[in-house]
Amino acid sequence: MNVILKDINLFNPLSKIDQKKVSILLKDGIISKIGNIDSKEFENSEVFELDSKYVVPGFIDMHVHLREPGREDEETIVTGSNAAANGGFTEIACMPNTSPAIDSAEIINFIKKHSTKHLVNVYPIAAASLGRNGEVLSPIAELFEAGAVALSDDGVAIKTSSLLRKVLEYSKMYDLPVIEHCEDETLSDGAMNEGINSTQLGLPPLPSVSEDLIVSRDILMAEYTGGKIHIAHISTKKSIQLVRKAKQKGINITAEVTPHHFTLTEDYLKSYDTNYKMNPPLRTEEDVNAVIEGLKDGTIDCIVSDHAPHSIEEKEEEFQYAPNGIIGLETMIGLSLSELYHKKILSLKEIVEKLSINPRNILKIPVPQFSIGEPANFTILDLDSVWTVDISKFKSKSRNTPFDKRLLSGKSFGVINNNQMFIDDSFVNI
Amino acid sequence: MPLSSRHLLGLQGVPKDDIQLILETANTFREVLERPIKKVPTLQGKTIVNLFYENSTRTRISFELAEKRLSSDTINFSQSSSSVKKGESLKDTIRNIEAMKIDMIIIRHSAAGTPHYLTKICNANIINAGDGIHEHPTQALLDMYSLKERFGKLEGLKVCIVGDVAHSRVALSNIYGLITMGAKVSVCGPSTMIPRFIEKLGVNVTYDIDEAIRDNDVLNVLRIQLERKAGGYFPSLREYAKYFGITQERLDNNKDITILHPGPINRGVEISSEVADGNNQIILHQVTNGVAIRMAVLYLLGTLN
Ligand SMILES: [Zn+2]
Repeated sequence: MNVILKDINLFNPLSKIDQKKVSILLKDGIISKIGNIDSKEFENSEVFELDSKYVVPGFIDMHVHLREPGREDEETIVTGSNAAANGGFTEIACMPNTSPAIDSAEIINFIKKHSTKHLVNVYPIAAASLGRNGEVLSPIAELFEAGAVALSDDGVAIKTSSLLRKVLEYSKMYDLPVIEHCEDETLSDGAMNEGINSTQLGLPPLPSVSEDLIVSRDILMAEYTGGKIHIAHISTKKSIQLVRKAKQKGINITAEVTPHHFTLTEDYLKSYDTNYKMNPPLRTEEDVNAVIEGLKDGTIDCIVSDHAPHSIEEKEEEFQYAPNGIIGLETMIGLSLSELYHKKILSLKEIVEKLSINPRNILKIPVPQFSIGEPANFTILDLDSVWTVDISKFKSKSRNTPFDKRLLSGKSFGVINNNQMFIDDSFVNI
Repeated sequence: MPLSSRHLLGLQGVPKDDIQLILETANTFREVLERPIKKVPTLQGKTIVNLFYENSTRTRISFELAEKRLSSDTINFSQSSSSVKKGESLKDTIRNIEAMKIDMIIIRHSAAGTPHYLTKICNANIINAGDGIHEHPTQALLDMYSLKERFGKLEGLKVCIVGDVAHSRVALSNIYGLITMGAKVSVCGPSTMIPRFIEKLGVNVTYDIDEAIRDNDVLNVLRIQLERKAGGYFPSLREYAKYFGITQERLDNNKDITILHPGPINRGVEISSEVADGNNQIILHQVTNGVAIRMAVLYLLGTLN
């Protein structure tokens, strides 16, 4: 099938492409012409009038929790992928804290099997330790061979320094990054960030130093072993300073942040609404400002959703007992454009780097190219569209988000990948 | 003038006028409690549920008595709130209770914020009888009532809260209430039991119990929860008693000081037997006043709508 995307702004900072008001012809999902397209072609093509919307290399979310296998009532590989497409992503990487955990080639094959025909590519991140229990190395070589793009015990940090050392040394053979959820478990039986708010709300405190300690440990261990550490969902001012300094020293370290950690502060906890309960917890305004600085100066490489579906029953438990986490695939682009692009904190180039290029470089996934003969892997951005989040329209199986009814500016207009297009709320084969 | 809220969730942000009104109303009921027939028909026809997810015989009995003295119908509902034991969800329990046409819920729960959650899912008046380590407003009100009874006023009174401030709902409610009423509040205890940044609430911090005794009119001595030792917040009960326990000997430095304790007492730990039975304490007054305060709160909320 022939598809023409008419009057687009083609933008790919990696190959320095920045073309305004051009058209692009796709034949069976392959880029076959860029620029002025013959009127003849228009007759036998499906034409999308895009009126200066931006076409950028497809966005990737490298921190997603799909609940399959184990909790298919909360999210499956397919519903999570649908949510990703609706949110503006062509690729996602999924975390291994499923049940069973992604710690064998079989589970990786299972995930691949359930995601093959989809528009969205799913890249499994494998457990660093068997069963994520922090004791024995997972079969890293086998996992790599089966297609794992990174290692992580996400949900918790790698339990001991000795195991971390082994994971970093072993993963070096395959150049696999180790994604760390930084939290010292001996300090972390709390429900919100420690501060005067936790005292006033009577909620058990989770001190920021719990994150900082593991970030420090990991930086030192990355330096010592030469392994590759990626700090997941960074949230404290101190941790950002530590990563900044480590990068200056040339240590192999990268970091990501979630939209909620650059948008919200712990003040929202005053409602005891469990949709504000996440781990790491929402922090203070000072931390949010540090996150924004870190995004600006490149200390923070990527934006990720930490999409964490939970059932309504579980989120309706008492605050202390309710599970951590919120869904984010379908609000992340809107929040990033509203809070960072429109507030002039990041340029479009930096947005594309943090949502498309940097995560792929970390996971060693090729960045989509805009040249003739390449398969189309695009996110189409409508930068100025003002819209209201409506959870009833989400493709995710879960509804746990604090952003329902929030007014946002900027969204994904559609995505193209694997000979498919998601546009106007539906998938079409092209 | 009625109360400004139809619930009593805590004392944070409760205006002075409201506290004053509750304390004055309690005066009337305190007098009722001295009568041969200690019952008034004020809340006849109202149904009140005591929903206790945590064991607290004293608080429950005090509320129950207050409810009966006001002639309301009372239902007790107790359930363990351990998160491991999955029974009916809180929401379903509340919906069921509400369907039985009740007017007021007194709730005690181990999780902070549960009373606040109740206000979102049902229409009854909600009274917080203690939520986790958050607030316990009627305890603080009865403490303030007892102090007002003794000193005539709360303004300018120097009150030190002693013990495990970090894990105490009594401490937080007292801090809010006393500061609103113009008292000077400080806290004293092992530094592991004083929350970081507590000074931001307008209280002074000391780790020296003798200084606290010397500089204050009142000590409100918190109960040491014996399981806190297991959490490693202090080395041993012996060490706690030695450095923070209130003994008669220590009180020699300020013979006029008044001692409050929310009970139940651990004799020989936070307070010696001699002090617990001595002339400085007003512990049993607190218990009597507790019924009057709870009558006042029930009356003021129950007659609002
Ligand atoms: Zn995590």
